[in-house]
Amino acid sequence: MKNHLHHATVGLSAAAVAVLALSGCGSDNAASAGGQPSAKANCATGSIMASGSSAQANAMSEWVKGYTASCSGATINYQAVGSGAGIQAFIQGSTAFAGSDSALKDEEHGPADARCKSGKAIDLPMVAGPIAVAYNLPGVDSLTLTPSLIAKIFSGKVTTWDDPAIAAVNSGAKLPSKAIQSFHRSDSSGTSDNFTKYLTAAAGSDWTYGHAKEWKAPGGQGAKGSDGVTTSVKQTEGGVAYVEYSFAKNASLGVAKVDNGAGAVELTPDAVGKAVEAATVVGVGNDLALKLDYTTKVPGAYPIALVTYEITCEKGLSSDQLAVVKSFLAYTAGDGQQTLTDLGYAPIPASLQAKVTAAIAALS
Amino acid sequence: MRRRKLTNRVMGVLIAVTFVLALLPLFSVLWLTVKNGSKRFDAEFLTHSMKGIGATDAAGGAYHAIVGTLEQVGLATLMAVPLALLTAVYLVEYGGISRFAKIVSYVVDVMTGVPSIVAGLFVFAFWILALHQPFSGFAGALALTILMVPIVVRGCEEMLRLVPSELREASYALGIPRWKTILRIVLPTALPGLVTAIMLGVARITGETAPLLLTVFGADAINNDPFHGPQSGLPLFVFDQAARPNQVAVDRAWAGALTLILIVMALNVVARLAVRRRAAH
Amino acid sequence: MTTRTADRAFRLTTQAAAGVVLVVVLAIGAFLVNRAVPALRADTANFLTETSWFPDQAKPVFGIAALAFGTLVSSMLALLLAVPVAVGTALFVAHYAPRRLARLLGFLVDLLAAVPSVVYGLWGLYFLKTHVNDVAGWLDRHFGSVLTPLHSSTGTYGGSLFLAGIVLAIMILPIISAIVREVFLQVPRANIEAALALGATRWEAMRLAVLPYGRPGIVSASMLGLGRALGETIAVALLLSTSYDISWHITQPGGATFAANIALKFNEAGGTGRGALIASGLVLFVITLLVNGVARAVVRRPTL
Repeated sequence: MKNHLHHATVGLSAAAVAVLALSGCGSDNAASAGGQPSAKANCATGSIMASGSSAQANAMSEWVKGYTASCSGATINYQAVGSGAGIQAFIQGSTAFAGSDSALKDEEHGPADARCKSGKAIDLPMVAGPIAVAYNLPGVDSLTLTPSLIAKIFSGKVTTWDDPAIAAVNSGAKLPSKAIQSFHRSDSSGTSDNFTKYLTAAAGSDWTYGHAKEWKAPGGQGAKGSDGVTTSVKQTEGGVAYVEYSFAKNASLGVAKVDNGAGAVELTPDAVGKAVEAATVVGVGNDLALKLDYTTKVPGAYPIALVTYEITCEKGLSSDQLAVVKSFLAYTAGDGQQTLTDLGYAPIPASLQAKVTAAIAALS
Repeated sequence: MRRRKLTNRVMGVLIAVTFVLALLPLFSVLWLTVKNGSKRFDAEFLTHSMKGIGATDAAGGAYHAIVGTLEQVGLATLMAVPLALLTAVYLVEYGGISRFAKIVSYVVDVMTGVPSIVAGLFVFAFWILALHQPFSGFAGALALTILMVPIVVRGCEEMLRLVPSELREASYALGIPRWKTILRIVLPTALPGLVTAIMLGVARITGETAPLLLTVFGADAINNDPFHGPQSGLPLFVFDQAARPNQVAVDRAWAGALTLILIVMALNVVARLAVRRRAAH
Repeated sequence: MTTRTADRAFRLTTQAAAGVVLVVVLAIGAFLVNRAVPALRADTANFLTETSWFPDQAKPVFGIAALAFGTLVSSMLALLLAVPVAVGTALFVAHYAPRRLARLLGFLVDLLAAVPSVVYGLWGLYFLKTHVNDVAGWLDRHFGSVLTPLHSSTGTYGGSLFLAGIVLAIMILPIISAIVREVFLQVPRANIEAALALGATRWEAMRLAVLPYGRPGIVSASMLGLGRALGETIAVALLLSTSYDISWHITQPGGATFAANIALKFNEAGGTGRGALIASGLVLFVITLLVNGVARAVVRRPTL
């Protein structure tokens, strides 16, 4: 029997070898091409691990590419596992920083500070991600919604597209009499949290379900992840969902304009930037946790957005992590901001950028 | 008699229909995967990692994930198969109706119900947090072993029970000791079935994402060492890429899915051919 | 080494392996309990009867009622669909198809098991979902008024337990069929030929000589398939529209299962959230235990 098993093992390993041989000896991609390697970047050497928000996954890929193009001695391994899991991994000390769609909550601050031994954990806003209300209505190229309408659509109170309330703010549009099929995230997510925060603030009388990472409103259908939600809307005529702008753009879904009271605003990086400028810092010291002004009436500001943070230790990172974290984050808050608009993100406003850069310089 | 003949006909057709019905999803899945996966299933994909690939770059590949998956599944198989096979041998050949055997047998059933993410959590808590081991392909293999063992035990148990007891008795009658009978007669007789059971186990774990997330961490660069440092795996790769808002990434996800299916199928074919060659000897 | 000691050594080796398996499962069980208890203490609702799942609120509210319901309904549906097809397939491969083709055909069915669950999930999402929606709509229109479970009160048919059951059935089909086929192949040829010689039709020979012989194997294989269906995570998570309520209308969007819920909530779960998910994993453990206990009582499999 030993022999027989031996044969089977040989067979298995032969298969493995065959597959590897088939693919030849693989290689990592030569660091080159793309991004203007900024010679002024203050490079560090070493390797760090980080994880968290998937909303910033695309930005992170671009940043890691841009940074390592000029700093070849550094390795940054960021895995998009979700904000909550990222914060947990950071608290456990497995990672050097966490990407998160919301600043640390009070109950998370304790353990996170403990992880930082001598210092405390701080939130560094790094990129703003617009949340689009994406719809699938062939023939309707332009659609305007008010906060109250969005609230009613996503809680099942407005059920058809030709509802007089929708028609009232879309004079001239030919709205079909199709049923509205709203989709929400079936997994817990920072996108749901930020979207429901917006509804709570901007349409409080029509939205009574509060805000949470879990979807609480009745009706509608769930789907996993932004990709699942986007696919579902794409498959369903009359479908509507809230997703990060990049997903709606990639799937070429219609994106609603939002009228917060100062006229319909189209979703553009600039319009999001204007809304983020209205945010106030609520963190203490170098903790730059933000409070967005969802009810902003600044003309041309698109109000539904999430700000995603990097969470790290103000003091207390181990010495091998510190240099790389500092140098990498300095890049993301500086030159890295320029690459964001092409990916459907909005850079953080200049005033905030200065504060973030100062906070990063103070990491020790 | 005519009724019996009719029943026979009808049942014959029904049985053939079930077979076709079983194959329909296979072809449908394969068709969709090949159709979507072929866009990026190329030499570059098979020989390059994702290191230094920007969000919208069309290049990049899954080499790092392929290496990771082969090593993690290989290690898990190396750990799970001996453990499971010996357990099955114990349950069928020695355990009998003893209390211990009953408990083990029951426990194996319960083990089939361990949600995959729980296996990952368990390894994470014990191996990585409590024993301070690093994230590694090996940690992933440990979690996969937990998932693989019950399937292989159950499968092998079933196959060993099929070996006619006359065979064993004839062997004892010739004065061959029990352990030799098991090794030389029972196991070889059941070998094709055992391989089926093992391949079911391999197939079960190869596509698992959840237990890997917490144990191998994931990586964009190649790491050939399964014992040190974060690794990627094909299921992780597919998951990460499929969830991105860029068509180039979604194409890579499908190519990864195609690669994953091809690897499991290749392992199946090779294992079976090896057994058949043996049987022909 | 004498024969006796060699025999003893081998026996002990196998017993030790069984012992290791036992220890691992006990360790997992202990770990689950250890992590689950603090969360259960924090729960302000009845863990067994509550349907909603909000463990990370200031006042945690979570329970497994909806999860248990969805898990059992989808798994049972999967078993109901898969077992007849799997047995038929196994019969076809073992005793209907030409001898020379049998192995090859069996291998084809086994390839279904080679498709990873991620791929089944993606396939279900991109391809099967829309088709199953049509089928569900048709069933509702024709039978919905008689069979209420087929009726969708919302008029939509998306990610339902019905869809999840179908995909689970496809996933467990090769597992059941592979084992049952091996069992059928072991039926002594002489038994079948004797039946045929006595004037039995092929189907009667199957019914008299093959199926009874295979019964314990069928049950055992079904249990293995059921275990897989109960614990299947990612495919179900990708497909279910997920709502935390108990509804017999299986064709309308909604439903939740233990494993899928863990996958959907784990990434964003806080301390209590993780504990709550682990507690639900523990319940899944217990359910598997009960289901297998029942199955064992039913089969009373003959020991060697």
